[in-house]
Amino acid sequence: MTTRTKFFVGFVCFAVVAAAFASTPDVKAAQPTAPALVAQAGRVQVDFWHGLGRPLGGILEDIAAEFNASQTRYHVNATFKGSYPETMVAAIAAFRAGNAPHIVQMFEVGTATMMAAKGAVKPVHELMKEAGVPFDPSIYLPAIRGYYSTTDGRMVAMPFNSSTAVLWYNRDAFRKAGLDPAKPPKTWAETRAAAQRIRSTNAAACGFTFAWPTWTQFEQFSAIHDTPLATKANGFEGLDAEMATNSPLHVRHTQALLDMMKEGSFKYGGRDSAADALFPSGECAMIHASSGLRARVLRDAKFDWGVAYLPYYDDVKGAPKNSIIGGAAFWVMTSPRRTAEEYRAVAEFFKFIGRPEVVARWHMESGFLPITYPGITLVNALGYYAANPGADIPYKQLTRSLPSRNSKGLRLGNMPEIRVVLQEEMELVFQGQKSAKAAMDAGVRRANEILRRFEKVHTGQ
Amino acid sequence: MHRRVVFEGKFLPYLLLTPQLAIVIVFFFWPAWQAIFQSLLRQDPFGLRTEFIWFENFVQVLSNPFYLSSVRTTVVFSAAVILLAMSSALLLAVMADSGVRGAGVYKTLLLWPYAIAPAVAGALWLFMFHPTVGIFGRALNAAGLGWDYMLHGWQALLLIALASAWKRVGYNFIFFLAGLQSIPKEVTEAASVDGAGPFQRFRKIIFPLLSPTTFFLLVVNVIWAFFETFGVVHSLTKGGPGKATETLIYKVYVDGVVNLDLGGSSAQSVILMLVVVALTAVQFRYIERRVHYQ
Amino acid sequence: MSAPAVAQQRPALTSPRAGRRPVNWVPHLVLSIGVVIFAFPVYMALIGSTHDPATIARGEMPLTPGQNAASNFQQAWAVGEGMRVKAAPVQMMMRNSFIMAVVIAGGKIAISILSAFAVAFFRFPLRMFFFWMIFITLMLPVEVRIIPTYAVVTNLGMINTFWGLTVPLLASATGTLIFRTFFLTIPDELVEAAKLDGAGPMKFFWSILLPMSSTAIAALFVILFVYGWNQYLWPLLITTSREMETIVIGITKMIGTGEAQTDWHLIMATTMLALIPPVSVVMLMQRWFVKGLIGTEK
Repeated sequence: MTTRTKFFVGFVCFAVVAAAFASTPDVKAAQPTAPALVAQAGRVQVDFWHGLGRPLGGILEDIAAEFNASQTRYHVNATFKGSYPETMVAAIAAFRAGNAPHIVQMFEVGTATMMAAKGAVKPVHELMKEAGVPFDPSIYLPAIRGYYSTTDGRMVAMPFNSSTAVLWYNRDAFRKAGLDPAKPPKTWAETRAAAQRIRSTNAAACGFTFAWPTWTQFEQFSAIHDTPLATKANGFEGLDAEMATNSPLHVRHTQALLDMMKEGSFKYGGRDSAADALFPSGECAMIHASSGLRARVLRDAKFDWGVAYLPYYDDVKGAPKNSIIGGAAFWVMTSPRRTAEEYRAVAEFFKFIGRPEVVARWHMESGFLPITYPGITLVNALGYYAANPGADIPYKQLTRSLPSRNSKGLRLGNMPEIRVVLQEEMELVFQGQKSAKAAMDAGVRRANEILRRFEKVHTGQ
Repeated sequence: MHRRVVFEGKFLPYLLLTPQLAIVIVFFFWPAWQAIFQSLLRQDPFGLRTEFIWFENFVQVLSNPFYLSSVRTTVVFSAAVILLAMSSALLLAVMADSGVRGAGVYKTLLLWPYAIAPAVAGALWLFMFHPTVGIFGRALNAAGLGWDYMLHGWQALLLIALASAWKRVGYNFIFFLAGLQSIPKEVTEAASVDGAGPFQRFRKIIFPLLSPTTFFLLVVNVIWAFFETFGVVHSLTKGGPGKATETLIYKVYVDGVVNLDLGGSSAQSVILMLVVVALTAVQFRYIERRVHYQ
Repeated sequence: MSAPAVAQQRPALTSPRAGRRPVNWVPHLVLSIGVVIFAFPVYMALIGSTHDPATIARGEMPLTPGQNAASNFQQAWAVGEGMRVKAAPVQMMMRNSFIMAVVIAGGKIAISILSAFAVAFFRFPLRMFFFWMIFITLMLPVEVRIIPTYAVVTNLGMINTFWGLTVPLLASATGTLIFRTFFLTIPDELVEAAKLDGAGPMKFFWSILLPMSSTAIAALFVILFVYGWNQYLWPLLITTSREMETIVIGITKMIGTGEAQTDWHLIMATTMLALIPPVSVVMLMQRWFVKGLIGTEK
């Protein structure tokens, strides 16, 4: 009997606590939603899933809130769904269940997957035309427009947060090493010499590193050297593209990185964005990383720093070309019960985020690229670049030449998986398990299998 | 296993079963059937294009060298976790059963990590072994040991094994302790009269008597290490570096949810399903045997 | 309960051996080391939750508490957002986790005690077929059916609701098995007596069986509460708004890629808060927990 009594006492305690939890007026939760619900009544609701964490996601949600405040007919619900891959999966699962969000933010390497999903995605040019919202794609920078357009130049996705890779360097460390802080390395030879000097003078614990290994050392690298990453214009011209990352130039570069690692001038910082932290902490004096790192460097770096173009091998013909973009774009998804009015709402939202003041604000607050020419003009007029030297480097690097077949971007299926494969093979070289040539060959072989799988799924052969 | 005396009732038993059966059918059998069906299909992620390909997905999975290396990773990882979690649990249980004062307090203090979610356990260990933030990560680097689990596969594997074992010891401890306490005291006392030392007594008498518990724990620990360590891997290493910590269940997730290869991922799930069925069958037979002993 | 080991527990704590012999320090030493090893990761998290982010990011965190405990926990509890991480306030996530855990535990107990009652106390066509239908749910790891289950839940309009978060997780056999095993130990005489008194099955269930099962119910409740609280993959997929996020998901999202420069102080404060409910349930209800554990798995 005592057991029973004890149990019931315990259970009652639980129930009370549970009730208290459930009935606590949840200030934080209720405040934003309750008034919003009232205001939302009668508005066309647009679900917008994004993959930007703090602090960028907050700025993005502010922009959505501004759109909501700017008119009374539409309401965009911007929701953070986790990292880009998580957001992508959630959107796909929702689509399969007939419940896709109106807009989903998708990283640039998901472009081929989204484009191949005809019927699941409503191309932006079509959306704008049907909704009767005026839309001029030519205001977007060519390297951005091209990445998200069909081969005949029609825009499929709405660019928003685009970045490119740049060199971040620690001017204090350069001074300490006796290097000229006004002259960051332009070529790979200069990069290596500077890194060696930084190490030999112990101006920093590590001379050089890079984040997003595949993106900075294969994708950007190939574009800058006007060298194909894959055949068929990096996949733009067909699903039957094959990888080309075992070219002599790629092998040479991988070998050079290994040599730098062995001599101690380069430190491998891990996959994806893991190495980002090595720069603002002062550990590495140079890093190839996203231009989007700016907000964080501004906040965390306790030293004088600068931004510069990515280096190139000066004996390669055609180098340096423009770099390519990273980041993400907004895709419009279809759903069985979607109305014209909802598409109209999406189109109006896209028009809003294409306004120069929104583009300029996003650029200045987030560190992502100014994606339109009117946006750049506005940022210039505001005197931002004069006050923030180096902030214009990313877009200048992106526009320093007209995109060639090799620097227009990538259109490769299952690209996230290919990125992992190339990172893995690169890691095997750094761990001394494979030669550069063997690893690059294996990378091509494995990535081609992935491409063939994508081709098979989408063409049946 | 059946009782003699039962109630009569034509519809009542069905009525009583209805809630559970409804949930099981809607949320288990229907989706499970869909998963098996999916493993025979080639389909794009959006489900716009589907092709029935019989067992091609299975052939591809089983001939993929990375699948086989994932099998190896899983075996090494599980063996490490089980060895660590079971041997330390046994040691602690023997100590707690040795008539030590305050055994109840120790029991409480050893048990609680069981309540911690695997993903949270991962977060705790990440915070200790992060190469620049963590207290041990820093210490190892200061000692010049080059600790960076984001670069060295074996370090990553060691870390997830430690975190998983840490969370699992409490569970094993409870079972070992219960097993030890069910051994009649006369048996061990008779042995000490015979002059056997404590270690010999353990090896010759206690451990054999404990073998049903040990065997049971072995089976459930295998299942646990195979499937329920997903949260640890996901919060600590995400399968990297390389594919060093990509266990079978993590590969199902990566191929299905990240790489969007639904057919291949479903085929892997079906293979894992067969593994669990086999393990459960072993375990079930064992339970039946124990029931007969009573 | 099918826990012979526990049932036969001999009173080890009061064993006369302990009193007669001089204190043996070896067990105390070994057990203490074990306790310290177990507690250390949580201790470090506690320390981490009391420092400012810069100290942690520089790798200068000492072994002793810092000054920021109040503000860190306050920030995590009420705001949830730091300089670098963005999450829902902990109080909201805790409430979600709590509702999820209680509904899963309560729901599973309710449906499985009914089905176990049917299987154990009635004889009817297809009885064992139904039992096996329920039993087989033990065998499928949740990942196998995650996407199709997600589709089912969406079609039922349960996405991003507490129903969607909890009901699909009720589809499992553990509770039914435990209750059935327990019911089979109830002597036939009791049922006969009830029948002689003219009690119908439901009367027997309410006034005899349910009270007798209170220990089993308590034990299951503890186990299932912890199970529900610690759910990971399912809430990850099923919650589409921050208002629905559970705390375990919140922590992993805050960690992100695990960089050095993140708001470790908030993550660790959140981790500490996430630990408290399941750990205290297990520690306070330890006896039932141990019974439930041994009963669930055997």
